Amino acid sequence: MSFDLVIVGVGGQGTILSARIIGEACIIEGRHVISAETHGMAQRGGSVENHVRIDGNLGPLVPIGGADMLISLEPLEAIRYGHYLKKDGILISNTVPIVPPTVYRAGTLYPDTDSLLLSKFNHAKICNANILATEAGNVLAANIVLIGLASPHLPFEEENLIEGIRRSVPPKTMEINMRAFELGKIHNEEMC
Amino acid sequence: MLHKHLNPRWREIKIKRFMLCNEAIARGSLEAGLDFATGYPGTPSSEVIDTLSTYHDRNFYVEWSVNEKVALENAIGASWCGLRSICVMKHVGLNVAADPFMSLAYTGVKGGLVVLSADDPFPHSSQNEQDSRRYAHAAKIPCLDPSTPQEAKDMVKYAFCLSERHEIPVMLRPTTRICHARSDIEIDDIPKESRIGKFAKDPKRWVLVPAHAKELHKKLNKKQGKIIEDLSSTPFNYSMNRGETAIISSGVASAYLRELIPDGVSFMKIGTYPIDLRKLKAFTERHKKILVIEELDPVLEEAVRMVSSSEIIGKMTGDVPLGGELNLNIVHDILEKNGISPKIRYEERDPEEGLPKRPPSLCAGCMHQPTLYAIEEVFKGDIYPSDIGCYTLSAHAIDTCLCMGSSVSIGSGISHCEERNVVVTIGDSTFMHTGIPGLINAAYNDAKMVLVILDNRTTAMTGHQPTPGTGENISGTCKELSLEAICRACGADLVETVDPYDFVAMKEALHRAKAKHGVRVIIARHPCAIIEKKRKGEEIPFEIDVKRCTKCGDCLDYGCPAIELYDIKPIINDLCNGCGICSVLCSSGAIIRREGR
Repeated sequence: MSFDLVIVGVGGQGTILSARIIGEACIIEGRHVISAETHGMAQRGGSVENHVRIDGNLGPLVPIGGADMLISLEPLEAIRYGHYLKKDGILISNTVPIVPPTVYRAGTLYPDTDSLLLSKFNHAKICNANILATEAGNVLAANIVLIGLASPHLPFEEENLIEGIRRSVPPKTMEINMRAFELGKIHNEEMC
Repeated sequence: MLHKHLNPRWREIKIKRFMLCNEAIARGSLEAGLDFATGYPGTPSSEVIDTLSTYHDRNFYVEWSVNEKVALENAIGASWCGLRSICVMKHVGLNVAADPFMSLAYTGVKGGLVVLSADDPFPHSSQNEQDSRRYAHAAKIPCLDPSTPQEAKDMVKYAFCLSERHEIPVMLRPTTRICHARSDIEIDDIPKESRIGKFAKDPKRWVLVPAHAKELHKKLNKKQGKIIEDLSSTPFNYSMNRGETAIISSGVASAYLRELIPDGVSFMKIGTYPIDLRKLKAFTERHKKILVIEELDPVLEEAVRMVSSSEIIGKMTGDVPLGGELNLNIVHDILEKNGISPKIRYEERDPEEGLPKRPPSLCAGCMHQPTLYAIEEVFKGDIYPSDIGCYTLSAHAIDTCLCMGSSVSIGSGISHCEERNVVVTIGDSTFMHTGIPGLINAAYNDAKMVLVILDNRTTAMTGHQPTPGTGENISGTCKELSLEAICRACGADLVETVDPYDFVAMKEALHRAKAKHGVRVIIARHPCAIIEKKRKGEEIPFEIDVKRCTKCGDCLDYGCPAIELYDIKPIINDLCNGCGICSVLCSSGAIIRREGR
């Protein structure tokens, strides 16, 4: 059986990089992995999903109702893809909204995501990843904060996950990313 | 020898890397001794050539061609010189390359030639869901259909050998879910030596006049049996007899099935075409009921129906969808509805309804947006044929989008029938691809239209590949082709170049064009916002002075993702790249450059 993970967000937030880190950690531990990425047209500011199947070597897509974990870089996207999670699956989510332009054009409302995240999911670990990433040195490291937050629930030795980060990010950003990872991890411990 | 790299015992000691399937296909080609690679970018195929371009000190030739037809013809030239060549495109690109493709099987090849045509079920980034297996069948060319990234890499290596052995081009047909899957991939060495091309004259083969074509067609037909024999013995096809009911599948669907198929149900996976009908018949004869589960067209299913009198369930009975892509949930439900109990059950979960949609949009500071917005203002109520590229994401001035280059010719066609002005838009790369013949035709046949070339100095949507107008090709700096000179040579009555970041000048140029007759070309030139940010760094962004803002909504109508509605007033968010178009559009002067940065 594979550990199935779905990573979602808004195009440009770094979902592909997050999926790569998980994949590299699998290579380090000598495990099979297959992931599905969103490329091309859909990337331009749209809603994006990346699937990662740890110990999986068959189809790249995680089934609806089959994900062990959902990592979301944006709260509305967590709710949009929430049905991928198993009932006892874990949600890891950023709480900082990015309001889509359709909210203005179609006259719809951006929902109250803070309360939805807590009411819709049985196991939700959420944080303001943008603030923590800024504290670490760059708001762009919000995805690494969330990986830190997810780390105790991911099936890897922590050192291998960190090596996965090192292999995937530009070398000069490693220090900031390490701080971002630690801040996410500490946040998890505080929540428990 | 043909199968030596497929020996599973070799698998155990290999180094593995986490690779995108398209990267793995590029790597596999190099491991097979690739000499020559061409392609035109198109999702989901672009990363194959992108990856080849990252190899430094390369001992192979690689180019981004201007379209798929010339890409394939270049690869044919190399193959006829005895070199191993690959030509990479997306499925609709094969329509453009169809002319050489359909005759190429007759002449055949010398050096192994692989044509990669990536299909896009769903479709994620395409205008249709055509099935390239149909093309391979029509051209009598063998086709390999991978079900995992590793298999795609194994297949491309095998394809070069098969192609050389039978002197026939081979198609590799991955789909989006394969191309854009990333997996642990086995790595082999890349041979260091390279071949030197030599063209051997042989008019009876290379000169496809009717007298030669007759003979070559006979030879081609004769090859088929031997090709099927070779394909049949590869590990890309296999079957398991386990009961009275069977499932036959291909591509990524076979990966889903391997996960879901219960014990006691037989399984056959087809990964190569033409299908070995004798084996297929023998398999079907053992089963009373057969489910055929595949993506896109019922290609497998038609073959099964040809050889079998068993009960057959598939797309033609309405049990498997004819469009879109499959996934574990859909395959799960197909099995369940047809009395097969899937090995894994998924919890029933429904998506949340009524959430605001988040479709992809043009980037903040994109040069397409002011250009299209200006067209809509100057040519209000007129007709706007457009083309394939990022600009189709705009909410302004896009009336048509059919296929590459079609805007120019559909536009001139409309101009011969309609009273209203016709204002055509097409990107620089798309214009070079297939827009030019349309412009020649429009000038030659006296069309009355305005053609706006959206020259953002790159092929943006597919990942910023260079175009002929930029003075850059895949290897670095090169001759810079002038769009202005090309348009003049094609017979345009007016050619003017303008920077759409100067919104007033953009509108003036359009007004001037409106006042003239004939075929008028405006080249709207400004680099893609993503590229410009990388080159020049961040510009000082703008903000809205709340005291002056009248909440008229003009800036929001413009449709920049950096302008959002917060409570009841517009604000400018961090995406702003400082282009300043909105400050020109704001009639109350409320949008000003931020201070102190």
